[in-house]
Amino acid sequence: MLEIPLGSKSGIESCMNSYITRRLLGMVPTLILISMIIFVVIQLPPGDIVTSTLDRMQAQGVEVSAEQIQNLRAQYNLDQPMVLQYLSWIGNFVTGDMGYSYLFSRPVNELVWERLGYTLLITVSALLFTWAVAVPAGVYSAVRQYSVGDYVLTTVMLMGLATPSFLLALVAMYIGYEWFGISIGGLFSPEYRDVPWSLARVGDFLSHLWIPMVVVGLGGTASTMRILRANLLDELNKPYVVTARAKGVKPIKLLIKYPLRIAINPFISTIGLLLPALISGEAIVSIVLGLPTTGPALIEALINQDMYLAGSFLMLLSILTVVGMLLSDLLLAWADPRIRYE
Amino acid sequence: MSELAADFQVEAVSPRQLAWIRFKRHRLAMLSGGFLIFIYLMAALCEFITPYGTDTRNVQAINAPPMSVHFFDKAGEFHLRPFVYGYDMHINADTWMRDYVENPEKRYPIYFLAKGERYEFWNLFYSDIHLFTTKEGYLHLFGTDQLGRDLFSRVFYGARVSLSIGILGVALTLFLGVLLGGLAGYIGGLVDRVVQRVIEVLQSLPTLPLWMALSAALPVSWSSLGIYFGITIILSLFGWPALARQVRGKFLALREEDFVMSARLLGAGRMRVIFKHMLPSFNSHIIATATLAVPGMILGETALSFLGIGLRPPVVSWGVLMQQAQNYQVIVLTPWLLLPGLFVVLTVMAFNLLGDGLRDAVDPYSTAGQG
Amino acid sequence: MGEQKIAEDNVLAIRDLAVEFKTDIGMTYAVRDVSFSVPRGKVTAVVGESGSGKSVTANCIMRLIQPPGKIVSGSIDFSPTRTDGYDIVSLSNKDPRLFDLRGDLMSMVFQEPMTALSPVYTVGNQVAEAILCHRDVSEAEAWQEAVDMLTRVGIDDVSRRIHQYPFEFSGGMRQRVVIAMALVCNPELLICDEPTTALDVTIQAEILTLIRDLQQELKNSVLFITHDLGVVAQLADQVVVMYQGRVLEIGTVRQVLKDPLHPYTRGLLAAIPGLAQKGERLETISSVVGDADLETPYPLTQMADGRQVSLSPDLLREAGHE
Ligand SMILES: Nc1ncnc2c1ncn2[C@@H]1O[C@H](COP(=O)(O)OP(=O)(O)OP(=O)(O)O)[C@@H](O)[C@H]1O
Ligand SMILES: [Mg+2]
Repeated sequence: MLEIPLGSKSGIESCMNSYITRRLLGMVPTLILISMIIFVVIQLPPGDIVTSTLDRMQAQGVEVSAEQIQNLRAQYNLDQPMVLQYLSWIGNFVTGDMGYSYLFSRPVNELVWERLGYTLLITVSALLFTWAVAVPAGVYSAVRQYSVGDYVLTTVMLMGLATPSFLLALVAMYIGYEWFGISIGGLFSPEYRDVPWSLARVGDFLSHLWIPMVVVGLGGTASTMRILRANLLDELNKPYVVTARAKGVKPIKLLIKYPLRIAINPFISTIGLLLPALISGEAIVSIVLGLPTTGPALIEALINQDMYLAGSFLMLLSILTVVGMLLSDLLLAWADPRIRYE
Repeated sequence: MSELAADFQVEAVSPRQLAWIRFKRHRLAMLSGGFLIFIYLMAALCEFITPYGTDTRNVQAINAPPMSVHFFDKAGEFHLRPFVYGYDMHINADTWMRDYVENPEKRYPIYFLAKGERYEFWNLFYSDIHLFTTKEGYLHLFGTDQLGRDLFSRVFYGARVSLSIGILGVALTLFLGVLLGGLAGYIGGLVDRVVQRVIEVLQSLPTLPLWMALSAALPVSWSSLGIYFGITIILSLFGWPALARQVRGKFLALREEDFVMSARLLGAGRMRVIFKHMLPSFNSHIIATATLAVPGMILGETALSFLGIGLRPPVVSWGVLMQQAQNYQVIVLTPWLLLPGLFVVLTVMAFNLLGDGLRDAVDPYSTAGQG
Repeated sequence: MGEQKIAEDNVLAIRDLAVEFKTDIGMTYAVRDVSFSVPRGKVTAVVGESGSGKSVTANCIMRLIQPPGKIVSGSIDFSPTRTDGYDIVSLSNKDPRLFDLRGDLMSMVFQEPMTALSPVYTVGNQVAEAILCHRDVSEAEAWQEAVDMLTRVGIDDVSRRIHQYPFEFSGGMRQRVVIAMALVCNPELLICDEPTTALDVTIQAEILTLIRDLQQELKNSVLFITHDLGVVAQLADQVVVMYQGRVLEIGTVRQVLKDPLHPYTRGLLAAIPGLAQKGERLETISSVVGDADLETPYPLTQMADGRQVSLSPDLLREAGHE
């Protein structure tokens, strides 16, 4: 009698499966649109990679013949119409060929993955940090609405929200240097920079990771906390909470099992909104702190009009966000039975 | 006995009055509103408020720390007219940096509404009256940068640019958001689906990298004004979806209401119905949302300029000023260069608090309703 | 029935209860000077129009009033048979007796079955929780009891449905679940706050029958809140009439429905379609009662036949009070 009947469990699974399928299919047009936007954006700067290459070569005194120029243009498909250029760019991208970065004189493939990995790591740990701070703070200020603690927390969080992340990074650098005597740039101490991975290197890495984590995470904490606070305030006096209270459930358990459990649901979907912000914050913080992630490379690529590199970074960061949003939607469907039954 | 009866009575209060009562209860929102009015006024009148222009260099005070205003001189004597002490500079043998110490011999009294540097007010007329200045010596309340330019003056000139980008950007965002959200909500069908898809896509893009890409694409040859508007447009381009979403939802609900129906039946055109009949019925919500959108614009400008791909010198904005504080050497040696950042933080906080207060006042059930 | 006897065998005695709400425009009293008793093993109905303070009174009994509401004065003496009695109002928020009271000694069925259950837990989970909160039993035993109780309130195919979520149940079925949840610990007092208002007419009748049958079987006391006098006639032994946060009249069902003393009660009765003469216009309450009679609160006066009424001295004399 007590085991869950087979029918209902596989029912949940099939609901979940069809939901995942629908969401995955919905992602395709989004990604296509995104790739078009990015292609347009990287085409915007006047001139292109060939003209800037030519400029450099001429500056070095190298004579270039018209034929060579023609060859170069053909090599980059620049002699073809825009639509074809887009198609060949995105086609190559999908098959894993991201082109060649003249800035680093290496295939883009070799450049992006490690940087993207660090970006992902910092972003995810910043997300976890945001949650670890925002959830308790949000719960506290909802339950003790209008208390001194509520005001203090809200104000501190608001300051976090109002401080540009690069300023926070600068302040972190200042504090680290003045108070702890450590230089905060980079993700590794000099002695670990170019050695293979070892336990000691991981430890060194973690001791550097927490600063970008805190700096990037702090910006999103305020909004996240406020969303949770508002959600929770909405739920606190809902009939189902009153019913449960009338049942004799003790306050702490009541709070966690009933209103918080529901308030978390829309909160989960805020990951989707938080991710673009976190990735943005990560980019600028990395530039300030000189971290080997996508941010500094992207800005260099942009300034030097290294279109393949910039486009790949933009595309990969966007995919990261879209996938993150998908994951947050799936998490939501898993957490809220009403959604997966829709 | 009749007193008890009065307890059961609820006073009749109009929604607008109720909103104002609720808003007044938010002391911080009121305070923020006051602060914003103050800082916008300062920005508007910055030529008059500040003692120097943006490019005036004082070679006697390069990288000089903020000066403190005194009322008592070294002899302990009180002066009604505040004054500052001039600096003595010598080179620190260890760091090769300039060290400044106040010299009690150089006493520079501060004069109010006095003649100083000549300026052109808003390109309208010339004047040399400043709110305060010194007749001899120099006055650097926030210190100076490595070219000896007065940071106080530059902060308020920068405020004019940064704050106006915030307002202009939000105005553009509002226009786009209300237009597209309104069209989607009002027409529905295919238009609605397209707009919604675009909103979804734009909201799932990492904003800063795209801002970076777009502003890097602004031609170097453009004039300062061109770059200024270019940046504003770039910032608005990714700002409108949130607002459009809200407007759309509201329009969907409003479309069914009687007064819109009757306006349509009377043959009013679509645009007319939207702008004449539907918009006014929820402009208070729009004001609250717009207020909350300003900080994003200001932070965006600051970030881009800080990275060197937004506004560029000689334009002065808070972001451009922050650009000088790029590395920790600078921060450790000349921490006052972070002062523009303090203004960014205060302004952004004020806009957030004001927006929250407005939203709670016009829409008490959206968040913390049960008060 | 002698007056002494009623007083002895009350499961609940409310005296001079007053509740305040702090709102945007100041303090308002939700109830004021409310006094009445709930006799053991009987059904007491509280009637009154919307906003008359019925729910607030019921919530006070289980100490469910949350800020901005506050009980400002009064007492609620609870005399269960299982343990010693106490004044509910004076319990601190952390008193363990408060948690024994909620759901075990007393329980409540609410107006809105659609939202009374959390959407993210199965029905079985939520019913079994009521047992697990109060009894020292294993989870399996609790689920078994939940199954029994759900069967008793008329849910078919319980072993399957117990694993379903509330949104897979119809409104009537959900209300049955809520009733099962309320009764699963066999409370001494069951409070029903308009349990049928949100339901279809046919389902209303079913739920009422269910509540009546269960009451007769379990012999618990019931406080039944409604604004439907037809329901009162069907279910109640005693009736309390409330208006604007005050009690106007208390008496047996026969006394109040057959021979109401307060003009407001008379108005309520006259406004019921079934009781009005065919062809006559339905009367609205304000047309029956002079407003002046309601604006001024008079104290409850004990009448010779045991009932209590709040009337002006003139009307009292008219009603035969010396
Ligand atoms: N959360 C609250 N905030 C402010 N006032 C409240 C609140 N809850 C109740 N009140 C006040 O208490 C009064 C009585 O409300 P109550 O819910 O007890 O009425 P009721 O008799 O149960 O009505 P109904 O038949 O509609 O359920 C209301 O008129 C209202 O002024
Ligand atoms: Mg009620």
